[in-house]
Amino acid sequence: MLRIPCPFCGTRDHSEFSYGGDASVEYPALEAPAEAWLEAVFQRDNIDGVQLETWQHLHGCRMWIVVERDTRSHEIHSVRPAHEGLASALAQSADPVNES
Amino acid sequence: MKPYSAWNVFRNGLSRQKGWERAWRDPEPKTEYDVVIVGAGLHGLASAYYLAKNHGITNVAVLDKGWLGSGNAGRNTTIVRSNYMMPGNREFYEHSLKLWENLSHELNYNVMFSQRAHVSLLHSPAARDGAARRYNTMRLTGADGELWDLPTLKRKIPHLNYSADSRFPIIGATVQPRAGTARHDAVAWGYARGADQRGVDIIQNCEVTGVERTANQVTGLKTSRGIIRGKKVGFAVAGNTSRLWRMAELGKLPIESHKLQAFVSEPLKPLLDQVVVFGVGGAHFYISQSDKGGMVFGGDLDWYKSYAQRGNLPIVQDVAECATSILPCLGRVRLLRHWSGVMDMSMDGSAFLCKTPLSNLYLNAGWNYGGFKASPASGWYFADLIANDRPDPVILNHTLSRFERGINIDERGAGPDPKLHG
Repeated sequence: MLRIPCPFCGTRDHSEFSYGGDASVEYPALEAPAEAWLEAVFQRDNIDGVQLETWQHLHGCRMWIVVERDTRSHEIHSVRPAHEGLASALAQSADPVNES
Repeated sequence: MKPYSAWNVFRNGLSRQKGWERAWRDPEPKTEYDVVIVGAGLHGLASAYYLAKNHGITNVAVLDKGWLGSGNAGRNTTIVRSNYMMPGNREFYEHSLKLWENLSHELNYNVMFSQRAHVSLLHSPAARDGAARRYNTMRLTGADGELWDLPTLKRKIPHLNYSADSRFPIIGATVQPRAGTARHDAVAWGYARGADQRGVDIIQNCEVTGVERTANQVTGLKTSRGIIRGKKVGFAVAGNTSRLWRMAELGKLPIESHKLQAFVSEPLKPLLDQVVVFGVGGAHFYISQSDKGGMVFGGDLDWYKSYAQRGNLPIVQDVAECATSILPCLGRVRLLRHWSGVMDMSMDGSAFLCKTPLSNLYLNAGWNYGGFKASPASGWYFADLIANDRPDPVILNHTLSRFERGINIDERGAGPDPKLHG
């Protein structure tokens, strides 16, 4: 069982979360050529080691988060909100969840 | 090598079992081979066997970082079936099933292939219509398929949960009578012995640590036992394909590695004669009974990417719930063993048997849930691809480039998300 420290709710079992996928993928602009979309939709690094991935706290705050996790040991190195504005807002405010 | 036979069993019984030879050699690796296959699992061993048998190419090495069959060859639920519908897949898996039917004779090794029927339960008229379409399509390719109504199903498997109060009442089943199970270790050992007899070197405990290449060719494999060169090289390392791909500096693949768990219960008296599949809504479950009596079953992936060969607990609970919901009589049965394998989950749920950007490198990967049943045909077509340097028409679209051409082979219609292709 993974235990994921949600930046909004605190540490919860991973069964509360839904796995998104590789967070290093950058989706191209809608009008980008098909090759760029092929790369984003189908091609993966499939890292054996520390990777960035998205999860949604589906049965909690329903926020999307970016988790840095080792795919061999399942160790979680960092967690941050996927939305950059929320991430910076959270970093500026004193956050009792992350400090506890 | 003496063939296995009833007479030899009898004769060795009289001579204190002293007359047996080892089933395959343990050779030192040579520095160069005509073909080097990385991965001594079912697919790698079958490929080597058919290279020697069908194409007369015997200067072949099969490398494995552990012992042969130490990966997913022993981490599956041993189900063999050919109920696939998409063009390419249905011819491929039906060819595989035909090879299974003769495999014990072919290899002179009892793989205990038992054609006990594969029964997929149905729970709604819409599901029955969809299944009828799928099974009729299969029949057009020469596979067998039947629809069982509820009275037939109750007669064949009386102890399923037929309660009208259950969350998903059973209304019938689609059945493939020629499908069944086999003994996974025996398949690995049989192919290994058959390949070894024909001159193939099976090099165990030989980990590939690097790939030497020029702009368009593989020139050698760095291994823990020195550099091994092959005029042609095949990768058959499902689960770890992306790692080897990176060693060859070939970039990304339409593959993610996910974990699939399987379970065996304590041995029971004969209880279930068929393979039974329960898949509706969020449930996904398949079960059969081994010859030793253990109930062998499995369910969904662990739902997140992983290279760890250990499973998570929510899936254990999920699978146990599925088991007791269709076979309530298993409620007090204890779990004996539980394991997890790393799968190549591809972007459309289908495999890759293809040439690569390097002219002498061939790829056998992306088997998702379907690797065990596929192994004979996978070896057959992969050997053909390596020997003749062109794909057979059956595997014409099992390429890495199918996504850019928009010809995905998506059996489930689940879209480009590897974890959904269970």
